[in-house]
Amino acid sequence: MSTENNTAVEPKRESLFSKNNRKLLKDPLDDSNPITVQVLGICSALAITVQLQQAVIMSLSVLFVMIGGNVIISLLRNFVPDRIRIIVQLVVVASLVIIVDQVLKAFQPDISEKLSVFVGLIITNCIIMGRLEAFALGNKPGPSMLDAIGNAMGYAWILLVVSIVREIFGSGAISLPGMGQVKFLPTSWFISEGGFYENNNLMILPPMALITVGLIIWIQRSRNASLIEEN
Amino acid sequence: MEYLSIFVKGIFVENMIFAYFLGMCSYLAVSKTVKTANGLGLAVIFVLGITVPINYLLENFVLKEGALTWLSEDYANVDLSFLSFIMFIAVIASMVQLVEMIVEKFAPALYGALGIFLPLIAVNCSILGGALFMQERQYPSIGEATVFGLGSGVGWWLAIVAIAAIREKIRYSHVPAPLRGLGITFIITGLMGIAFMSFMGIEI
Repeated sequence: MSTENNTAVEPKRESLFSKNNRKLLKDPLDDSNPITVQVLGICSALAITVQLQQAVIMSLSVLFVMIGGNVIISLLRNFVPDRIRIIVQLVVVASLVIIVDQVLKAFQPDISEKLSVFVGLIITNCIIMGRLEAFALGNKPGPSMLDAIGNAMGYAWILLVVSIVREIFGSGAISLPGMGQVKFLPTSWFISEGGFYENNNLMILPPMALITVGLIIWIQRSRNASLIEEN
Repeated sequence: MEYLSIFVKGIFVENMIFAYFLGMCSYLAVSKTVKTANGLGLAVIFVLGITVPINYLLENFVLKEGALTWLSEDYANVDLSFLSFIMFIAVIASMVQLVEMIVEKFAPALYGALGIFLPLIAVNCSILGGALFMQERQYPSIGEATVFGLGSGVGWWLAIVAIAAIREKIRYSHVPAPLRGLGITFIITGLMGIAFMSFMGIEI
């Protein structure tokens, strides 16, 4: 976190793709990934990864709320007294989430039904509050926006990987937006059609999301030794 | 019997952590030792037991469609439920603040035990999750909503104390280095979740 705060005192105008800005975008994808390293926003990451489609919608919602929240809080950062900042953050985030919820209900009612309470829970998604506290409160709107995009992307790729793994093994197919369910094996191979392939229903159940994320962490940390914890 | 079944269901069948993954962030961050885990767990029970009934009243007398008829018959068509997120979170944040001040004034010993955890709880998903599930499931009376809140809280407490105890012991085992800490905690939680799923078929 210490490296990020330094960007605030940079007096010169930076170009959009300067080293610092690229770092803001790139770091959350791997070295400081919100889910596997900062341990933020786990709740929703696990609960809505049964199907790819839900994961995509959730990632987009979080991206929108994060960008909006980070930019607004960063604009307000000099006017909000320290004592009430949590309430102010909650109100800003909650208003953005209400927008997302209403839009989903209007245009994607099925998905909105499936996501049920988890759209509302974006409010208390720790990624958003965590980045507001750690970054937006001390930085200009521009870098805050990049930080929001970077972190939302870091969150999104974990969500996508987990949901793809779970959907392929759990239902032998993948639901691409706009294309419906795409099966990987010939339909006649499935046991319901008299074939031999049975879906692993365990993958659809909640606990497997945890184990899949655990395995992603394992792979990531064995490639990147600096992330290994001391017990 | 109705109350008992909601309570037991909240603890085992619809456990906040193992069935819905709510409050995972603090669950993973504060489960290094049993003592602190216990403190946070108790604070969650406490806050859920207070905020769920208050949000229940808010839902049924202000937000729901036709809920405002007690003011005047003209309001029968008013549906404010789109405001529920912001109202619930405002209630939770202010209740947490209030509870913190009351506990500090009247029970300093309890404050010493729960103190640092109370502010954390405002952004714990399990609290807002409790309120939203209460709204979705439409409990018929405030008593049932309260029992649901307390049951979910106890379930959360059980989960965090159990994982903290396991993490204390696992320090003595040879976990592969990249899995240490976070990775193994995820996998153990998954295994515990599978164990808890055996409660699922139970009809109470």
